[in-house]
Amino acid sequence: MIARMTTTEFEAPQVEYGTVSPLLIVFGVALLGVLVEALVDRRRRYLVQSVLSLAGLAGAFAATVVVATGLTGRADGAAHGSVVAEGAIAVDGPSVFLWGTLLALSFTSVLLFAERRVDGGVTAFAGQAAALPGTEAERQASTRGLEHTEVYPLMLFAVGGMMLFAASNDLLTMFVALEVLSLPLYLLCGLARRRRLLSQEAALKYFMLGAFSSGFFLYGVALVYGYAGSTNLAAIAQAVSGRIGSQGLLLGGIALLAVGMLFKVGAAPFHAWTPDVYQGAPTAVTAFMAACTKIAAFGALLRLFYVAFGGAQRDWAPMIWIIAVLTMAVGSLFALTQSDIKRMLAYSSIAHAGFLLVGFVGLQQAADGSTISSLQSVLFYLVTYGFMTIGAFGVVTLVRDAGGEANHLSRWAGLGKESPVVAGVFAFFLLGMAGIPLTSGFTGKWAVFTSAAQGGAWPLVVVAVLLSVVAAFFYLRVIVLMYFSDPVGEGPTVAVPSILTTAVIAVAVAATLVLGVLPGPVLDLAGTAGAFVR
Amino acid sequence: MVSRTAAHVLLQESVPVVEPAAADGVFTLLWLIIALPALGSAILLVGGRRTDPWGHLLGCATVAASFLVSLVAFVALLGRDAEDRSVQQHLFTWIDVFGFQVDAGLLLDPLSALFLLLVTGVGGLIHVYSIGYMATDPRRRRFFGYLNLFVAAMLVLVLADSYLGIFLGWEGVGLASYLLIGFFQHKPSAAVAAKKAFVVNRVGDIGMALGVMLLFATFGTTAIPAISRVSAEASDGVLTALGLLLLLAACGKSAQFPLQSWLLDAMEGPTPVSALIHAATMVTAGVYLIIRSNFIYENAPVAQTAVVVVGAVTLLWGAAIGCAKDDIKKVLAGSTMSQIGYMMLAAGLGVAGYAFAIFHLLTHGFFKANMFLGAGSVMHAMDDDVDMRHYGALRKALPVTFLTFAMGYLAIIGFPGFSGFWSKDKIIETAFDQNLYAGLAALLGAGITAFYMTRLMILTFLSEKRWAAEVHPHESPATMTVPLVVLAALSVLGGVLLLGDWITEWLTPVVGSEEHGELPLPAIVYTLIVVAVVVVGVAAAVLLVARRDIPREQPQQVSLATRFARNDLYGDRLNEALLMRPGDSVVRSMADFDDRFVDGAVDGSGIAAAGMSNTFRRVQTGYVRSYALSLFAGALLVVAALLAVNLA
Repeated sequence: MIARMTTTEFEAPQVEYGTVSPLLIVFGVALLGVLVEALVDRRRRYLVQSVLSLAGLAGAFAATVVVATGLTGRADGAAHGSVVAEGAIAVDGPSVFLWGTLLALSFTSVLLFAERRVDGGVTAFAGQAAALPGTEAERQASTRGLEHTEVYPLMLFAVGGMMLFAASNDLLTMFVALEVLSLPLYLLCGLARRRRLLSQEAALKYFMLGAFSSGFFLYGVALVYGYAGSTNLAAIAQAVSGRIGSQGLLLGGIALLAVGMLFKVGAAPFHAWTPDVYQGAPTAVTAFMAACTKIAAFGALLRLFYVAFGGAQRDWAPMIWIIAVLTMAVGSLFALTQSDIKRMLAYSSIAHAGFLLVGFVGLQQAADGSTISSLQSVLFYLVTYGFMTIGAFGVVTLVRDAGGEANHLSRWAGLGKESPVVAGVFAFFLLGMAGIPLTSGFTGKWAVFTSAAQGGAWPLVVVAVLLSVVAAFFYLRVIVLMYFSDPVGEGPTVAVPSILTTAVIAVAVAATLVLGVLPGPVLDLAGTAGAFVR
Repeated sequence: MVSRTAAHVLLQESVPVVEPAAADGVFTLLWLIIALPALGSAILLVGGRRTDPWGHLLGCATVAASFLVSLVAFVALLGRDAEDRSVQQHLFTWIDVFGFQVDAGLLLDPLSALFLLLVTGVGGLIHVYSIGYMATDPRRRRFFGYLNLFVAAMLVLVLADSYLGIFLGWEGVGLASYLLIGFFQHKPSAAVAAKKAFVVNRVGDIGMALGVMLLFATFGTTAIPAISRVSAEASDGVLTALGLLLLLAACGKSAQFPLQSWLLDAMEGPTPVSALIHAATMVTAGVYLIIRSNFIYENAPVAQTAVVVVGAVTLLWGAAIGCAKDDIKKVLAGSTMSQIGYMMLAAGLGVAGYAFAIFHLLTHGFFKANMFLGAGSVMHAMDDDVDMRHYGALRKALPVTFLTFAMGYLAIIGFPGFSGFWSKDKIIETAFDQNLYAGLAALLGAGITAFYMTRLMILTFLSEKRWAAEVHPHESPATMTVPLVVLAALSVLGGVLLLGDWITEWLTPVVGSEEHGELPLPAIVYTLIVVAVVVVGVAAAVLLVARRDIPREQPQQVSLATRFARNDLYGDRLNEALLMRPGDSVVRSMADFDDRFVDGAVDGSGIAAAGMSNTFRRVQTGYVRSYALSLFAGALLVVAALLAVNLA
C-alpha cells in the first residue's frame, strides 16, 4: 500500500469485463430502472419496469451460462476459475452456480412482484410509501391506483449485491456487497400495501438490527486485517496457515465476522429479526428475501470460512456445531406454537439454516466420486430450499379475506375443501420442507446429512434428524388443519392468480418434485462446480 | 441327454438328478395346457354377464382341450426312452435383479405328466358334472370362472420348473379354494369356512415362503434341476430345516395334522368343489411337493421321519372323525384326510414309497371324486340335506348313483381287485417293510376305513327309509351320471396301472428305485392280513349300525370316544387354546403397550415440545432493543466458544 502511494504514476485497475458481465448486466439494468422512473410516464412504468427486470435477469442468466462454460469444467472437485478485478472477485464454479440459482429465483420473484390480479388490479406494494398510514393522502394514493414501481430497480440492486456477496474474494468487497444487498431490502420490507404499520415496523427493525450486525462484521474485518495485514482472502489464508501474528486478533475477527454472516443467514441466536420481518414484509418480498438472501449469505459464509479460515477449521468448527444445534432447535421448537403462517415459515427457514449449517461442517473435500463434499451438499440444498420457499410463499399470497392475505392459521382450516388444488400444492411444499421422500426436501437433507456424517459430524446428524422429526410435526399440523378441520366462520377464500403467480408455483412444484425424484443432474452440477478458487 | 458325471452318480445313487432336455416337437405346446384354462377363467370373470349363456360350456371346453394336450404330451413321453422322459420349456425370464434370476419355465417329466392327466382329466369330468349340479344357480358362470382359475393355478403348480413357480401356483390354488369354499357367500357359515381355510393355509404358506427363501439362500437358485444337482452338498441342518419347512407347507395344503382343521369346514363349498379341490387335486399338492423335493428328503432323514409321523397321525385322526359324523360330506372329508395321510406316510418312507404314494394318489383321485360326486347326487335328490340320518334305502330311488358309489366304496375299503386294494395294499406292505409301527398304523387305518365307509353305505343307501314325506328322491340328469359312471369305471380299473409294475418303472427316472428288502413274511400274508382287518371293520359296521335302529335325531347319550370324534378330536379347541387365545392376548397387550407407552411417549414429547415452545417464545418480545441484546449475547457466545476451544 505504501509503495503504491509513493508512485507518481496512476495505474488503471484491470477489470475482466467479460467474466463479471452477469454482475454488470444486473447493476446496469438496475440503473436503467432508475432512469425509467425519471423519464417514463407513470402509467406505463409497471409494464416497462417489470419487462426490463425480467429481461435483465434473463440476460444476466445467459451471461452466467456463457461464463460457466468458459470455466474448465472438471468433475474431480478441484477448483477451477479465476480471481478477477484486482483480486476483488472470484469467479469460480461455486460462484457461477450460485449466480445461476440466484438469477433463476430472482426471475420468479419478479413474477411474484408483478402479480396484480389477486388484490384487485394493484400490486402488493404501497401506493405511496411517504403517505402516513391512515391519512387522507394514503386513501387518495389508494383510490388513484398508484403503485411504487421503484421496487424493481431496488430489487435488482439487491440481486446484484447478493451475487457480488457470494463471489467476493476480499473482505472489503464483501462488506460493500453486504450493504448493497441489505439496504434495498430494508426499503422493500416497508412497502406493503396492507398492514402498513406492521410493514414499516418490520423495515425499521430489520434496518436497525442489520446495521448493528454490519458493525460487528466491520469490526471483524478490522481485526482480521490487523492479524493478516490484508483483507484479501487468499492472503488471510496464508497468514492463518503460517500461524503468524496474534491468535487473539484472528479469533476475535473470526467471531465477529461470523456474527455478521450468521445474522444474514438467520441462525440462532441472531435470528430474532426473522419472524417479525418475514411477517411484516410484503409476501413477495418475503419470498425473495427468504430464498435469495439465504443463498447469497451461505455462499459468502462458505467462501469466507473455507478459503480464508480453512486452516483454522478446528478452532471454529465447534462454534458452528453449537450454532447449528441452537438454530435447528429454535427453528423447530418455536414454529410449533406459531399461529401465523408467515411466522411459521420464518421459523421453518431458521430451521433450514440450521440444517444447512450441519452440511457446512461436513467433509470439506470430496475424496472421490462416492462421497459428497459439504460445498456440493450445501449448494444442492440451497437450490431445493429456494424453490420450495418461493413456491410456499407464492401460495400464501393466494389465501385471502377482506383485509388482504389471511395469514392467521385458523383461517386456513378447511382449505382442502375450499380449494383442493391450492391446499394440495401447499401440502406438497410442506411435505417437501419436512423432508418426505419423493420431494427435493428429502434429497437435500440426505445430501447435507451424508456429507456431515462422512465428515465425522455424526452426533450433529443424530440431533439434526431428531429435530427434523419435531419440524415435521408443525408442517403436518398445517396439513391436518387444511384437510381435517372445518372452516371457522366464512372460511378462507382463494384468489385466482394471473399467469405470473401460477407460473411461479408451477415451476416450484416441478422443481420440488423433479429434484426429489431425479436429483442426479443438479447434484452432479453442484459437484462439478468444484471447490473455491484461492 | 447329457451323460451324467460319475460324481453325481456317486453322490445320489438312489435319487436321480433332474436333467431335462429342451422342449421340442409337441412339447413346445406345454404352455397351452396352462394358458387354456387361464384364458377361460379370464374370459368368464372379465366378460361378466354377457358370457352367462355359454360360460359353462367354455369352462368345460378349455379343460377338455387342456386334457387333450396333456394326453398328447403323455403319449409322446411314452414313446421316449426312460432316461429321456424329462423336458423343460423356457418361457421367459421372470425376475432378473442383481444375482437373482428366475426363469419362468415348465418341467414335464413322468411325475408331472401323471398329475397333468389327473388334474385335467378328473377336473374335466367334474366340470361336466357341475353343468348339471349348478344348473339352477344364477352365478353358475362365475363358478366356472373360478373352477378354470383353479385348474390353471394347479397346472402352474404341477408344471413349474422352479420352487418360485410352484409357490405361484400354490398361492393361486389357495385363492381359488378360498373363493370356491365361500361360493355360497350368502351363508355366513360358508364365509367363515372360507376365511378359516385361508388363514390356516397361510400358516403352511409361510413355511413354503421360508422354504423357498432358504433354498435360494443356500443354493443361489430356485430352479428344480439346478437344486437337484447340488442338494447333497448342503449341510444336514439346512436340509433338515428345508424338509421341515416344506413339510409345514404340505401340512397346510394337504390338511395334515396339525393344520388339518380347515378341511372339514371347507365342505361348505359346492360339492363339485369338494370333489375337485378338496379330494382329488389340490389337497394332494402337499404330497406332490414332498415327492418333487425327494432330492432334499433323501438327504434329510429327520425330516423324512417327521413326514411319516405326520402321515400316520393324520390317517388315524381323519379315520376317527369319519366314524362319528352324520354329515355325508364330512365323513368323506375325514376320509380324505385319512387317505392323504396314507400318501404322506408312503412319501415319508423314501424311495421305496414314492411311487406307491403317487399310485394311491391317483386311485384316490378316482374313487374319492366318484364318491363326492355321488354324495352330491344324493344331496341333489334330497333337497340339499346332508344328514345321513335322514337318508336310508336310497338304492332304489337312485340306482345309478348307488351303483357308482358302491364301486368307490369297494375301492376305498380295499376290496380285492378294486383300485384301492392294490394301492393301499402296497403302502401297508412297504410300511411294514420299513417300520413296524408305521405298518401297524396303516393296518389299523384300513380297518377303521372299512368301518366308517360301511356305516356310510348302510345309512345312505341301505337300511330303512327315513326321509320326510315331502322329499321325493330322483335320479340326477345325464350330465351328472355320466361322469359318475366314468369315475366308477376308473375306481374299479385303476389297479391296472400296477400291472407289470408299470407305475414304479414309469416313475423311476424321477424318484429312483430300490431293491426290495426281504420281507419277514411273504407278501401274500400281508395281503391276507389286510383283507382280514377290512372284513372285521365291515362286520363291526354291520353289527353296530345295520342291526340296530337308526334314530332320525343324533343320539346324545354316546360314549366318550364318539363325543371326541364328533368334535373333530377337539382340533379346533386345541388350536384355540394353544394359538388363538395366546395370540389374541399377545396382540392385545401389544396394542395396550402401543397405546400407553409408545403413544404416551410420543404425546408426551409433543406436549413437552409445545410447552417449551410456549415458554421460550416469550423471548420474542417484538422490542428491537431486546433483539439487539440477544444479538450481542450471541456474539459473546460465539467469542466464548472460539476462545474455549482454543484455550482448551
